[in-house]
Amino acid sequence: MGAKRAGKQTYKPDSPPVIIGAAAVVGPFEGQGPLKDYFDHAYTDIMAGERTFEAAEREMLLNACFTCLNNTNKTAKDMDFFLAGDLLNQTITSGFSALELSIPYFGIYGACATSAEGLALAAMLVDGGFASFVLTGTSSHNASAERQYRYPTEYGFSRKPHMQWTVTGAGAAIVARDGEGPRITAVTVGKVCDLGIKDPLNLGAAMAPAAADTMVRHFADTGRGPDYYDLILTGDLGKFGHTLAIKTAVSKGGFDLSKNCRDCGLMIYDTETQDVHAGGSGCAASAVVAYGYLYKKLMRGELRRILLVATGALHSPVSCFQGNSIPAIAHAVSIEMI
Amino acid sequence: MPRDPKKKPLTVDQKRYTEMVRDLVPRPPYLKNALLAYLFGGLIAVAGQFFTDFYRLALKVSEKEAGNPAVATMIFVGALLTGLGVFDKIARYAGAGLSVPVTGFANSIVSAALEFKREGLVFGIGSKMFMLAGSVITFGVVTAFFVGLIYALFVL
Repeated sequence: MGAKRAGKQTYKPDSPPVIIGAAAVVGPFEGQGPLKDYFDHAYTDIMAGERTFEAAEREMLLNACFTCLNNTNKTAKDMDFFLAGDLLNQTITSGFSALELSIPYFGIYGACATSAEGLALAAMLVDGGFASFVLTGTSSHNASAERQYRYPTEYGFSRKPHMQWTVTGAGAAIVARDGEGPRITAVTVGKVCDLGIKDPLNLGAAMAPAAADTMVRHFADTGRGPDYYDLILTGDLGKFGHTLAIKTAVSKGGFDLSKNCRDCGLMIYDTETQDVHAGGSGCAASAVVAYGYLYKKLMRGELRRILLVATGALHSPVSCFQGNSIPAIAHAVSIEMI
Repeated sequence: MPRDPKKKPLTVDQKRYTEMVRDLVPRPPYLKNALLAYLFGGLIAVAGQFFTDFYRLALKVSEKEAGNPAVATMIFVGALLTGLGVFDKIARYAGAGLSVPVTGFANSIVSAALEFKREGLVFGIGSKMFMLAGSVITFGVVTAFFVGLIYALFVL
């Protein structure tokens, strides 16, 4: 076991890398939600002035990356690596964005857990001495995801109460060796869990066990309890997934998360007035909440210690049609002001 | 031995968890959905009857012959509402009331055509247009074949 390791799945950097900048851009619908003041930009057009939904998503990811670079007075040339992933087949949003940015690029895929996966890997690259600056980003677009995973956007059907709404937006952050800002003090890499959920419209339930597993693992490995954190933020579990994760954390490890655990998918929309049923989902859900809302809260000193547990469902329409249940993953990143 | 994931038995943990999920996640409001579907489906039927009567009187044809232009009109309305981006908003409430009649069939084709328009005429519209309606057509033809067979054997 290496010196930087703590417990079975957790990695603790010797000199915690700093998140020196972060940016979040969102679509028009998210721009009307309760977190609207925390986003760097809200588009007024779901197409973002582009011809296709895919191009719109790319524009959003690039905008988030450039805003993040601008916020920190850096350019793409200063970056050593670009780590990005998204939901579209072959992660085209990230690949095409990397072409524009012209930064050495690793494509990553953790479905909606990509934000935390990017932060975790960026922290390892920086702490390992492989890089001084790493740009990491992720994105999702409601219409491009909808047409890939479900139906054409204009297809009419009645939505079920446990369905979630894919967030349109993108988030990016720069992880650096030195600088001002919150630091990544621990990373717990999750294992893939499958508890037999087969309904691709009920992803919150499929991902909840993975979230609980990673959180319990994190607490065991670090010796910190849930009370150590001001806020524990799960990715996009939605209304029912959130309840299930809290229940599972109690039954698996006896941890009480009911006090300080919230879900990005539930924060981004007003579930009373915005008709999104069980809440938001998608790569952008955890990314825009973490890089928009959380980052600003940390910088203002309103929060000091947070645990971001982004969750992803690793299925595809093909795997579901062939009768497989939905495997899910969660990665936890501990972000602290020190 | 063929390994079919559909027949793979659940482990104890999976079974316990799926039961927990089933108890927690609410079922869709079936009664409300059924009533709304009944209402909207009924309204569509009334509209269909209106067009049938209209064509019967305007074109001075029999009720049976007036059915064809009436159906075509309903398909047109379904397609138009899809193109205007209204259909999916109504269907959220109307559910099966809007998707079971011919308006839903029109919506499934037009929405797919619109969605895949950007991939071009051949690989987009041409091949993806029937991605949802395809199974309706396939099983419609298969059913028609067997019904025709039964008719030929027993009725004629």
